Amino acid sequence: MRINELEAPSRRFLLKASVLAGGGLLLGLRLPGLARAQGAAADAGGSFMPNAFVQIDTAGKITLIAPHTEVGQGIDTAQAMLVGEELEVGLDQIHVQPAPPDIKKYVDPNLGDQATGGSTSIRSDWTRLRQAGATARVMLVGAAAKQWGVDPATCHVERGVIHHDESGRTLGFGDVASAAAGEPIPTEVKLKEQSEFKLLGTNAKRIDTPSKVDGTAVFGIDAKVPDMKFGTLALVPTKGGRLVRMDEAAARKVPGVRDVIRAGDEAVAVIGDHMWAAKQGLEALAPVWDGGANGAVTLTSLVAAMDKASQKQGVVAKDEGGAASAIDKAATKLSAIYELPFLSHSPMEPLNCTLHIQPDKAEIWVGTQVPVRAQKAVADAAGLAPEAVTVNNLYMGGAFGRRLDVDSVEVAAKIAKQVSYPVKLVWTREEDLRHDYYRPYYYDRVSAGLDGDGKLVGWTHRVTGSSVMARWAPPGMKGGLDPDAVEGAADTPYEVPATFVDYVRHESDGMNTGWWRGVGPTHNVFVTESFMDELAVAAKQDAVAYRRSMLGKNPRALAVLNLAAEKSGWGSPLPPRCGRGVSVQFAFGSYVSCVMEVEVSPKGEILLRKATVAIDCGLTVNPDTVVAQIEGGLILGLSTAMYNEITLTGGAVDQSNFHDYRAMRINEAPKISVHQIRNSEAPGGVGETGTAAAAPALGNAIFAATGQRLRKMPFASGLRGA
Amino acid sequence: MISLHINGQTHQVDVPEDMPLLWVLRDVLGLTGTKFGCGIAQCGACTVHVEGEAVRSCLYPVGALGEKPVTTIEAVGRTPAGAKVQKAWLENEVVQCGYCQSGQIMSAAALLTQTPKPTDADIDAAMSGNICRCGTYVRIRDAIHSAAEA
Repeated sequence: MRINELEAPSRRFLLKASVLAGGGLLLGLRLPGLARAQGAAADAGGSFMPNAFVQIDTAGKITLIAPHTEVGQGIDTAQAMLVGEELEVGLDQIHVQPAPPDIKKYVDPNLGDQATGGSTSIRSDWTRLRQAGATARVMLVGAAAKQWGVDPATCHVERGVIHHDESGRTLGFGDVASAAAGEPIPTEVKLKEQSEFKLLGTNAKRIDTPSKVDGTAVFGIDAKVPDMKFGTLALVPTKGGRLVRMDEAAARKVPGVRDVIRAGDEAVAVIGDHMWAAKQGLEALAPVWDGGANGAVTLTSLVAAMDKASQKQGVVAKDEGGAASAIDKAATKLSAIYELPFLSHSPMEPLNCTLHIQPDKAEIWVGTQVPVRAQKAVADAAGLAPEAVTVNNLYMGGAFGRRLDVDSVEVAAKIAKQVSYPVKLVWTREEDLRHDYYRPYYYDRVSAGLDGDGKLVGWTHRVTGSSVMARWAPPGMKGGLDPDAVEGAADTPYEVPATFVDYVRHESDGMNTGWWRGVGPTHNVFVTESFMDELAVAAKQDAVAYRRSMLGKNPRALAVLNLAAEKSGWGSPLPPRCGRGVSVQFAFGSYVSCVMEVEVSPKGEILLRKATVAIDCGLTVNPDTVVAQIEGGLILGLSTAMYNEITLTGGAVDQSNFHDYRAMRINEAPKISVHQIRNSEAPGGVGETGTAAAAPALGNAIFAATGQRLRKMPFASGLRGA
Repeated sequence: MISLHINGQTHQVDVPEDMPLLWVLRDVLGLTGTKFGCGIAQCGACTVHVEGEAVRSCLYPVGALGEKPVTTIEAVGRTPAGAKVQKAWLENEVVQCGYCQSGQIMSAAALLTQTPKPTDADIDAAMSGNICRCGTYVRIRDAIHSAAEA
């Protein structure tokens, strides 16, 4: 997902505001209603709020109003490190509070929305949060210096205390918070050089961890509101289907059941004193639905339609060097079809939302990646103005993109507006799995030509699949082209003389699709890196050497490939039935190479022996978090590549829970080593890179071990024994 | 009324005997550290200790508890193994989203109580019932080994 080149309205706002403010992004984000001459704010309690991100009260409590939300990627800590570095305070001194819905103040400039996704957070916050911290520091020091009658340049800050070096006098941030609000906002602040960093680049301990090991962390599902009831719901199994009948009397007979609430043909909820009453009530309710227009849809019918769609040319994403004629003239020609399945997100915390909707206002408690959209969903459903809806954004028990959509909030609001009391609506795992916004199914046609020496002379790639961008961020479309659908296809790291890439948008009947961790690259890197492996085999060359030969002009990509190859022992002998596979990618602004080492049993069981990853993500906030994100992203990618696909029968999803939609377990996970190249390049995204790297390296390793080329996932069901 | 012994305290709750312990903990007693993940004992997010044994509370009827004491994530730090595991979890920076970690810690604490020096195979056997979608397995294994050494 990359929307940054676009002229989305919020993006235009930001740029305009920045210019007006004389070059300061920070000032562009200053709070409305502030005294223009001075700029800063002091509220009734005397708190100092020099910008939208930092608030310091008179007791010295420092609050970071965080534009990005914690889904497990460590962003609370990273944002605090960015602010704390320039504010000269310790991580233990910063209280992180998720930003309220306010797109003007908290827009992610790379996404054009107040959103956490697309591995953009650090890229968006690297400068603005440091500026926020530095500006606050300059104003606090200015206020202290004025009080002392000294030159601010003779003062310094340490752990939130301002020191006047010559006299030894000190003042705390809280002591000067009110006065600082009267200081002029500096038009320019000098940010630290990399060599001066104390926090950035260190393995600082995450600030959210203690509450997550002692059970006190509050996730969306843990919200506690006085007098709330508990509900669970059944959603229409087939998109466009109808509720035919239900036994409301039976549901109401279940002890503890209070209400049966219907949201049109979309859903029906049973509400009771606790989830057990609600679940038992829903079982007794036994809603029966018809399939509607999509009642005959099967996965087979959807794939057949996709195959047909893929036979016509799509919107051109790249056309350089005359690929078709180059392949035509080539000594060796190869072509293949690669398929990636629909996937569920299945975060560990099932979807849920707690709401209290009253005639004139509403309040919700939820973990969301998109607070503005969540607020609007409730406002629209309840007939309220967005400002009348308070959003409490809580920790998310995983998301992987699922909480970038607000369908669960919307349906919850349609239910909650019909009752007067606060209600916590929790989806069962079954409803969560069967009503996802699935990762699109992709049906990709690739072809290539090699000359007599095996050198790649021409490459074509046609992507066919749903466009999440067209639904979620229509301004992101470029003349019918979905830039996400071709990310990693139109821009591979390699130097290729002739390339043609096009995109056929094809929406499958009855399927909602959404962002899924790794987005475009998770799909395209699998296709391009698997096919590149096929070319190396056809050229009778080593997979690493073959890639190296095309990376001469891409030193950062070459460096990660070389590092992964070296650390994995590439080329060293392996036991029988074992093999190694490699992948290389440039995605989300970072370079990654992965080598997987596998063993395949005679029965076709895949054992993941070892994963070796090299990453160059440029300037790094927290190297240990980078490692953790690679480890976790890789396991999600391997888990889905091995086991997962969503299939349909009669228009409804077949899978229902973790027994038939498997998640990798500890005994199946490989050993993982991550090697980071540290430098001063611009920061790149990390959270999704490991997921994108996993499947191609795994598929190539399975080929190396067995000679079987798997062009379709999940691998575990596609592999033949022998 | 059912009498429950949870984290050293006795609670009287007016709930059906077949109600799973998970929902009594979360929705009746407000002990939300124990998580709902799948409802069919596939994911381990709801793991608690009953008489020191790791059990899946999503399928454990409260009526079956009798006098047996229950320990949840909120109190496991009072046991020697639980305290060691929590400390190792922090030192090894295991957690990502954290949602499954209550259950992971409860399973790991039960393992260390029964097997103070677990092998990798012991860890696989004891921990494979706990799913982590963030993929923290490498660090869970390391943390269990370091807790065993502590």
